[in-house]
Amino acid sequence: MAELIAKTPCDGLLPITSETVSLTELTPSAITSFMPYKGREKAASTALKKACGMALPGPNEASGTEGARAIWSGRGQCFILDTGVPADLATEGAITDQSDAWAVMQLAGAGAQDVLARLVPVDLRLAAFKPGQTVRTEMQHMMASITRSGDTSFDIMVMRSFAKTAVHDLHEAMKSVAARG
Amino acid sequence: MRISNKGLIDRSTAVSFTFDGKTVDGFAGDTVASAALAQGRKVFGRSFKYHRPRGVMTTGSEEPNALVTLHSGAAQDPNIRATTQEIYEGLQVRGQNAWPSVDRDLMGVNDLFAPFFGAGFYYKTFMWPGALWEKLWEPMIRRAAGLGALSGEDDTSRNEKAYAFCDLLVIGAGPAGLMAALTAARAGADVILADEDARPGGRLLLEDEEIDGKPGHVWAADITAELMGMDNVRVMTRTTVTGAFDQGTYGALERVTQHIAAPSDDMPLECFWRIVAKRAVLAAGALERSVAFANNDRPGIMMAGAVRGYLNRYGVAAGQKVAVFGNNDNAWKTARDLQAAGVEIAALIDSRSDVTPQGDFPVITGGLVSDTRGRGALKEITVQSASGEQKIAVDCLGVSGGWNPSVHMLCHMNGRPAWDEATQSFLPVDNMVPGLAPAGAAAGHFSTQAALESGINEANQALTDLGLNTTDTKAPQAEDGAYNITGLWEVPHESKGYKRAWLDFQNDVSTKDVRLAAKENYASVEHMKRYTTQGMAPDQGKNSNVNALAILADATGRDIPTTGTTTFRPPYVPVSLAALGAGARGKGFAPERFVTSHQATVDRNAPMIEAGLWYRPSYYPRPGEKTWLESCNREVISIRNAVGVTDVSTLGKIDIQGPDAGAFLDFVYTNMFSTLKVGRVRYGLMLREDGHVMDDGTTARLGENHYVTTTTTAAAGQVMKHMEFVHQALCPDMDVRFISVTEQWAQFAVAGPKSRELLNTVLDDKIDNDSWPFMACGDVTLSGVKGRLFRISFSGEHAYEIAVPSRYGDALFRDLVSRAEVLGGGAYGMEALNVLRIEKGFITHAEIHGRVTAFDIGMGRMVSGKKDCIGKTASERPGLHGDHREQMVGLKPVDAGQNLSNGAHLFFADDDITADNSRGYVTSVGYSPTLDTYLALGFLENGPAHYGKKIRFKDHLRGIDTMVEVCNPVFLDPEGGRSRG
Amino acid sequence: MRIKCPLCGERDRREFYYKGAAIDLARPAPDAGDVAWDDYIHNRENPAGRTKDLWQHEMGCSAWLVVERNTVTHEIYGVELAENVKRGMK
Repeated sequence: MAELIAKTPCDGLLPITSETVSLTELTPSAITSFMPYKGREKAASTALKKACGMALPGPNEASGTEGARAIWSGRGQCFILDTGVPADLATEGAITDQSDAWAVMQLAGAGAQDVLARLVPVDLRLAAFKPGQTVRTEMQHMMASITRSGDTSFDIMVMRSFAKTAVHDLHEAMKSVAARG
Repeated sequence: MRISNKGLIDRSTAVSFTFDGKTVDGFAGDTVASAALAQGRKVFGRSFKYHRPRGVMTTGSEEPNALVTLHSGAAQDPNIRATTQEIYEGLQVRGQNAWPSVDRDLMGVNDLFAPFFGAGFYYKTFMWPGALWEKLWEPMIRRAAGLGALSGEDDTSRNEKAYAFCDLLVIGAGPAGLMAALTAARAGADVILADEDARPGGRLLLEDEEIDGKPGHVWAADITAELMGMDNVRVMTRTTVTGAFDQGTYGALERVTQHIAAPSDDMPLECFWRIVAKRAVLAAGALERSVAFANNDRPGIMMAGAVRGYLNRYGVAAGQKVAVFGNNDNAWKTARDLQAAGVEIAALIDSRSDVTPQGDFPVITGGLVSDTRGRGALKEITVQSASGEQKIAVDCLGVSGGWNPSVHMLCHMNGRPAWDEATQSFLPVDNMVPGLAPAGAAAGHFSTQAALESGINEANQALTDLGLNTTDTKAPQAEDGAYNITGLWEVPHESKGYKRAWLDFQNDVSTKDVRLAAKENYASVEHMKRYTTQGMAPDQGKNSNVNALAILADATGRDIPTTGTTTFRPPYVPVSLAALGAGARGKGFAPERFVTSHQATVDRNAPMIEAGLWYRPSYYPRPGEKTWLESCNREVISIRNAVGVTDVSTLGKIDIQGPDAGAFLDFVYTNMFSTLKVGRVRYGLMLREDGHVMDDGTTARLGENHYVTTTTTAAAGQVMKHMEFVHQALCPDMDVRFISVTEQWAQFAVAGPKSRELLNTVLDDKIDNDSWPFMACGDVTLSGVKGRLFRISFSGEHAYEIAVPSRYGDALFRDLVSRAEVLGGGAYGMEALNVLRIEKGFITHAEIHGRVTAFDIGMGRMVSGKKDCIGKTASERPGLHGDHREQMVGLKPVDAGQNLSNGAHLFFADDDITADNSRGYVTSVGYSPTLDTYLALGFLENGPAHYGKKIRFKDHLRGIDTMVEVCNPVFLDPEGGRSRG
Repeated sequence: MRIKCPLCGERDRREFYYKGAAIDLARPAPDAGDVAWDDYIHNRENPAGRTKDLWQHEMGCSAWLVVERNTVTHEIYGVELAENVKRGMK
């Protein structure tokens, strides 16, 4: 058969911008969930550090740098972004490919936190939610992972099928914040 | 009448608006009430029950009378308080609850029938005779009900909700609130200062007094400027905190554009804030209350504090000849301020005899206003005193029965304030709402000096509680007068005639109603409230509840503390549902979930149906097909004869790994998965702990310690939650890990005798029956893309489900469908999927609807005897299996042309059609083009025992009454040869 | 209402799913008898005061929690991971 053409979750939806805030799609080369087995948390962390350069992040933490990041994604679970996870880590924990499961967006610019304050019931003000921090929360009824990725930027993950609604809701909030000036 | 050199309005900016079509000229900074009062308007509205003309009484959100409607058409906004609505050029204001206008209201005739509408009128009247309810009372009430009216059009205004967080929330920006905010902000705390006014200052804007030698409003502006310059402070104006909720959560309504002529389309009308505060200070001030005397509701009778408020803030004299009637020192300020501004004070009447008159105006001590005159507007008051009765001509009367601290918010979590004799008011007690401390007048500190100091004290206490350092912010110098008061609730009046002394102006409750309630033994304050409707109007009786309970206390021979107060509930001011539900209109109501084939499906003109949040195709119409059924029949036949493709990605997929994965599945499913071979799939049934079926689906074993289990679309979330519960709460030491992979894979069913032929054109390595037998699974590649293939069937045909990473879903779906079309098939939708599974007797949540057991669906033997599982013990209870159970059967009409319907009931042929005789019901129905007849699945008492029997099928709703034959639910290919083929 | 998730910190009630009394942790043995199973599945106290409930931080970390709270004052006394409570029951 002919080659299968890949589409990103936000295909045709992004980027969008308001006066000071932009919403763009991120396409990490891979997203892998990693869940250490019982009693293997330390060993898993060590193995991850050796393989990918960052330790297992604790609750509400994101670790790593551009090219290999680990984002805590729930109880006993983290997502490894942008780098593959060697198969031999499977002895330390369950590895699952999630590369196609999440729509990943970056909301950036002055007032990005005000946009999120219209959608997310968590304190994401710049002083309270520092770079390197992450939360699992809801964004307008959608399960979401939100990570402070820079000075005024937030990386938002929602499940792929919600991409259109997430973009719609973020866009409405962006317009509202921009109109208030 | 405007007074020059008074007020905080901008006289250089003229603003015009219309009130009932008449132009009103005001200034920037005016409210509808202040501008209309300045122009001489007396009547602002008609009362709810009796349509009595009513004027403006207050300057704030507690206003009971001056409710108006803004705009017209879809944007019509009723019940807006004229006292808080800021004016702008072109604003349209209309009076309400009146016809044709508030000035001439023909419904005022109601007032003549007043003796019939007393307390308990509704309860007494509508109980008997019953026949009159629908014909007379209900239409009558509907016509008269409510205050303002909605337009009936779809309101497209934009609203917003938002969240905010802080260390300290200060509610109210009067002297106490400003000082509290300043104290906390200077100490570095995160502060939100919220005030419902457009301009901070609170009572300072309404009084003529100085702080640190500056006019109060100048001091307030200076402090506000300092606060707004600090990064750790957020000043929220036009924002009313509406309720206190658990763990420091507060609701607040921000009016964003109601004061703007032509806001941007992206600006919300209102924003409802959820504010989470570690600590809060309630500096909501106090509200003045009236005194009940005969005809105390004529336009022109206002609260004394409002009369001087309109003068000081708006430069408006509410009358040309003003009297003041009060029982406390504060009322005297009104006479002094007005006289100083050149307004004639006809008399100051103080109910107390032991006060020393001050000021250069006539004073009557020991006096009571006992009646008033003036149709449409006040003309004269009658005053009783030691020197007898005198009538005084006035066009405005300021009344003060004392001040009630605004303790409402403190009562939102069941707290009860305590009666204080000295201030004749209910004062807060400690810890009414955890973390919320009253300050200023809300705490009973009525002088400005005391309010400033209490603001500092409460802020410092909050800082200490939060472990923050305090600074030595000092209170400035301010007015520190005493507040002496002698309780006065009611001036006795003759009970004959129609004279009434009003308490609740908004709901038209008089002292007579409260006394009648007491007489009829509604002696508890809560019962009196409901019987009379006292305090039940939108203003919640802010300036009348305390008076009403004082009168109830008197009528029942108790004191006020014993009588107690009713409960204040949120919201503090009316909040529109549009604001509370902001963001939930239209597409905002619920998220939408789309599969990767969505666009391809839309391109093929398939109508979509909602399956939970998902959108799935109903059917794929082709040219010439006129009804859904034609398309559905064609799709079914093409799958039975060739091949069809549909998207099944919406089914839940859970990846399960770990040494105990098999054991865990054995525990959550009734059957065994630890014995499943790697590379094979097995159907599983899941029970709730109460023995009823929760869900079903297939589980594939991909490796020794690796399974992928599927759930139904409808129960995907529930099953995930259930598995997490079982693992964490029942067997946390099982070494198993799982995560949803629903969204990772785009999965398509490929069904029909030509399914393998189709797949072999896309798979990199061809398959055959030996390499991929029925219920086999494994990895495959398509053009180098790694996918998974499962040979499973929900149609009874030779079928597969093929999964690829979602990014390829769109491409693969389009490719599979066009290949299927070449082979004589194509895409199929949910209608065909449903018919295919009914023909095979496969269940969905129509059958496993929550009340059926494994026994009922003929799967009793799937509950393994070799092990424990969730729901096993309960499923063995006597009531959950046996001949008395309604069990799943197939149903075929005796007359092949007869259509059947869902929801019908089943009766034995000889039984009467009564509810008691119902033997079962129908859960799924479809027309089978394969068998050329309607087919149904249903549940029948001892069903399998009746196979071959003809029973009666009765659908009362759709009028179907026919005979059906009971049969095995597997209508087609009971041996299953097709799926193995 | 706000619940302090042991993993995520204090969060709004809307992130949580409520299940019911924490008795659900004490699953009887299969042969414990009808009375024990009846109590486990169906019978619940309705206390005015302290109670222990099961909640799931559904929109957050997905941990199941035991929340001890007061149904009258709404005070929350403590929140623990259900897995730890279950382990402590053995």
